[in-house]
Amino acid sequence: MYLPDFDYQSPGSLKEACQILAAFGSRARVLAGGTDLMIKMKHGLLAPDVLVSLKNISQLAGIGYVQGRGVVIGARATHNDLVNSPVLQKKYLSVCEAAHHMANNQIRNVGTVGGNIVNAVPSADLPPILIALNAAVKLVGADGERELPLESFFTGPNRSVIGTDEILSEIVIPDQTSTGSTYMKFGLRRSGALAVVGVAVAVTVAGGVLKEAKIALGAVSPTPMRAVKAEELIRGRAVTDELLEEAGVCAAGECSPISDIRGSKEYRQDMVRVFTRRALRRAINEGHV
Amino acid sequence: MEALTDQDGIKRYLVNINVNGDPYTVIVKANTLLVNLLRDQLDLTGTKKGCELGDCGSCTVLLDGKPVNSCTVLAVEADGRGITTIEGVARSEKLDKIQESFVNNAAVQCGYCTPGMILSAKALLARNPKPTEQEVREAISGNLCRCTGYVNIVKAVLEATGD
Repeated sequence: MYLPDFDYQSPGSLKEACQILAAFGSRARVLAGGTDLMIKMKHGLLAPDVLVSLKNISQLAGIGYVQGRGVVIGARATHNDLVNSPVLQKKYLSVCEAAHHMANNQIRNVGTVGGNIVNAVPSADLPPILIALNAAVKLVGADGERELPLESFFTGPNRSVIGTDEILSEIVIPDQTSTGSTYMKFGLRRSGALAVVGVAVAVTVAGGVLKEAKIALGAVSPTPMRAVKAEELIRGRAVTDELLEEAGVCAAGECSPISDIRGSKEYRQDMVRVFTRRALRRAINEGHV
Repeated sequence: MEALTDQDGIKRYLVNINVNGDPYTVIVKANTLLVNLLRDQLDLTGTKKGCELGDCGSCTVLLDGKPVNSCTVLAVEADGRGITTIEGVARSEKLDKIQESFVNNAAVQCGYCTPGMILSAKALLARNPKPTEQEVREAISGNLCRCTGYVNIVKAVLEATGD
């Protein structure tokens, strides 16, 4: 399987990259890891005239803690960079775990966190846990930059608010008041499977009471979504098994999954119930795992 | 990276890569995939093409020591990097310990997945010399064996860990 012809640019700065994107508009595509883009080009689903490679833009690499901002993840960090990051392992093992259960090792060595977000696939594994942790994304364009909550980034399957001249440059996980978080993925295989349902939660627990809870669901609506009614339902209440089951039932009612080869609508909704309950229990008992 | 445009207006790039310890400067078009560079230009046909969609792992090579699917990596993206293919695993005539172990454990059936399996195993043992069975299974989970010979493959990798 061969690729069609295209022009290849590998600028050394974000500014230069954005200028190229601005000049070519929808005829250009950004190349980060390429694990998705190359396949789409092989299938003829995309045929860009220009690929703008991010490989020479060193500021996009790296994961570190910045005082006052939080954990800053360069968009070009690979999934395995997340898995192996000492900062994330220490603060948010839940993010490492979410990255670890994606695709397979070869893909995790190449595919990037920025690509996973920008592709805006509803079943993507990183957005739910990042949304639960209140993450923001920085978009850099030819005329400036903006930062917005990841939660408001997605607009539909394969659609987001990113402009044709913009590049997602970093993801910021702010300092947490939450006491625990986790992402639970339900796929049909242990490796190389898309999520049938993905549930991420972040909870703040004190004295056996759920002070605050965020529940973010993947693969069950056109974009990753918050189960706000379920969050509301459990806020301020004492943790019991019955309460967590109630939250699961509520979240299942809020989502709007489709039926496809991986599972029916009804099955997905029921799995949202089960995994919401389990994820809440795990985050309450075990912290950021 | 230097680029040349010929009289027909076709642009080609000078890519510097190190393959199995040998430095190469190769001339490729932007759309040349790493797997095709290795197989067609450098005659390193030990790297196999299977699904060509990044699912099967037949085309696995080590890029700066990490396993990647060479069917989804552009050759131009590998500029300045080091690549190990299955041809670079054995030292002269002596097979690598993992290769020996694959032979001894009958871990090779049709052989098509074997180069990728061995490279994934090689990368695993480099970062984790004493993996558990679970870790071995996880490390080769991106390499599909359609003879379904996984039992002996896992056994072979585990046996290659003992010193």
